[in-house]
Amino acid sequence: MENEKQHYTVSVYTENNIGLLNRLSAIFQRRHINVESLNTSASEIEGVSKFTILVNVTESQIKKIIGQIEKQVEVIKAYYHTEEETIYQESCIFKIKSDLLFEERQIQNIIKESNARIVTVNKEFFVLEKSGRRQEIELLYRELSAFGIMQFTRSGRIAVTKDEMKISTMLEAF
Amino acid sequence: MKETQTIQTQTTTTTTTKRISGSEAVVRCLLEEGVKVLYGYPGGAIMPVYDELYKYQDKIHHVLCRHEQGATHSAQGYARISGDVGVAMATSGPGATNLITGIADAQIDSTPMVCITGQVPSHLLGSDAFQETDIVGISTPVTKWNHQITKASQIPEVIAKAFYIAKSGRPGPVLIDITKDAQFEEFDFKYEKCTGVRSYKPVPETDKASLKVAAELINNAKKPMIVWGQGVILSEAEAEFKAVIEKAGIPSAWTILGASAIPTSHPLNIGMVGMHGNYAPNVLTNECDVLIAIGMRFDDRVTGDLSKYAKQAKVIHFEIDPAEIDKNVKTDVAVLGDAKASLAELLPLLNPNSHTEWHQKFKDLYTIEYEKVIKGDLHPTKEGLTMGEVLKEINIQTKGEAAIVSDVGQHQMIACRYAEFNKTKSNITSGGLGTMGFGLPAAIGAKMAAPEREVVSISGDGGYQMTIQELGTIFQQKTAVKIVVLNNDFLGMVRQWQQLFFDKRYASTEMTNPDFVAIAKGYYLNAKRVTKREELADAVEEMIASKEPYFLEVCVEKEDNVFPMVPSGASVSDIRLE
Repeated sequence: MENEKQHYTVSVYTENNIGLLNRLSAIFQRRHINVESLNTSASEIEGVSKFTILVNVTESQIKKIIGQIEKQVEVIKAYYHTEEETIYQESCIFKIKSDLLFEERQIQNIIKESNARIVTVNKEFFVLEKSGRRQEIELLYRELSAFGIMQFTRSGRIAVTKDEMKISTMLEAF
Repeated sequence: MKETQTIQTQTTTTTTTKRISGSEAVVRCLLEEGVKVLYGYPGGAIMPVYDELYKYQDKIHHVLCRHEQGATHSAQGYARISGDVGVAMATSGPGATNLITGIADAQIDSTPMVCITGQVPSHLLGSDAFQETDIVGISTPVTKWNHQITKASQIPEVIAKAFYIAKSGRPGPVLIDITKDAQFEEFDFKYEKCTGVRSYKPVPETDKASLKVAAELINNAKKPMIVWGQGVILSEAEAEFKAVIEKAGIPSAWTILGASAIPTSHPLNIGMVGMHGNYAPNVLTNECDVLIAIGMRFDDRVTGDLSKYAKQAKVIHFEIDPAEIDKNVKTDVAVLGDAKASLAELLPLLNPNSHTEWHQKFKDLYTIEYEKVIKGDLHPTKEGLTMGEVLKEINIQTKGEAAIVSDVGQHQMIACRYAEFNKTKSNITSGGLGTMGFGLPAAIGAKMAAPEREVVSISGDGGYQMTIQELGTIFQQKTAVKIVVLNNDFLGMVRQWQQLFFDKRYASTEMTNPDFVAIAKGYYLNAKRVTKREELADAVEEMIASKEPYFLEVCVEKEDNVFPMVPSGASVSDIRLE
């Protein structure tokens, strides 16, 4: 088990400082680990940032990486979780020619079935947004690509854990 | 009268603060942190700070080095012998990038150091201005923490934090980059020492339960062995450590940076582990039943092939840095915490023991090593001088009281193997990074931090020439370091590997050397060259007796090898004696 690669979601609670992204990414780079996705945002605590990083590594690797991340002065706490331990989503947006929306009936069905949302429509193009698991987004991409996609962007994974993180109590103790 | 009135108003409104420039604040912060000496090199972007250093020169001594790399190594030597934070300063661009080797060295050897660099004015950041370099970006992977200051008002808080982070927990280097406009800007100065950082826990609490399990394992062990590292020295746990090993009667070996924590002559000191360590502790690592690691990190030079390292043993790891636990060697019991506190708590839990039979095994293997290696190194019968006999003479003349500052290579291994240490913090060398050129500048810092001590710098002819320019610093500062160059006209360690593993193809390892004595004399240093055994003792005596800096070149056998040796990738118990 320890030596089988799998997806881990790494959640890092940090102070909000310039340069920390560089410090964290260097930890992965040095060990030749490809970051599959990275998202940085505010967390549930005011003034505390959260990095959500998706990597495909072994458990013994991820334990060492967490150790190295937590060692950084401005990192409050880091965790790793398996797919089963998190609720996670990605989101994506498509830019597609508006003509297609009216000429290709099937596109409307695809939008409906995939639970995607039309964000805006104008004469030239419409923008479609979809949140969900990677497979759902990839399926939607395959279905739409038959008609032509003008632009596509998928976000990094964002996740919350089923377990409590207890960061607030940790910070109160300081 | 009116003037006085104005001043009074100012003092009441500003009570504890005073309006000064950012550059003066930098110097005042250093004084607040108790810095007496710093090492550096001026340049455009740091000039305002140098102007203040000029004004404060009666309070703080700036040592003009001859290269910024030398400044970092001097700061490291200062820190290693004193336990205080070493300080180095440089300008932006090339000044800053020249610090990187020393910073990387301090990072891997856990040396407390604060580096301050000047930076182009903030409005020029990112414009590829003259001498602009992204030193914060460049130094990130090799610093414990770094920060760029663009406003003078940030200076006190950031410098206070820098010193706190550099020294606390597992020490390390911190770099502070200050833009030139922040150095000129005036602000209300007030200094408060840093006592904590919210996101940073320097010392994990010692877990009593794991300490108990560790004690039980040690008490039940038949063949326990300790490997200690620099952690014992960094936490100043020498007394606690000695009490523990003496009570439990455990044979104890050191990593290169752990050397001198207890005297070389201590009966429980069984020598060095690792690639060129002693025979007994390497072989018996693979026979002990409990391996107790204290303040060390299982570097590959210590462990050899990990898949064949102490597999039979239960491993206990006393460590301050949680990231070191299970990093290289899987532990059975991890005792997190500061070594001093953990060992003090461990002591009453231990049963007295002597492990006499187990000790005999170390003695027996030592006899083998003595016959095959040590005798020939220290009491050679062949014509050429050995590095070992030079060390023996230094031991005799300094009575084991000197701090030995070595460079990197064969002479370093010989120095660490044969130097006799009576005092802690006496083995100053570049262990983790293996930085050639470390020795000479580090010796300058060591001598300045401990002027009462004899400081002997030992280098090879290769590494010596990497920072030979620091002879200028020694001359200008009149730093009474004793400089020994063991000259074999080769990059000896690489040549040894070429001989053993590359069929004697001596690719770029032979050195055509200059007249080292003439160079030293060019800097007006006392200097001597020894080529014959009968001259050695007198020359070393003269050097040690000198109250001034002194240079001694000893021409040694050209193609001697350092043994024992654990070949790269082999198991520690496959250590070779020849």
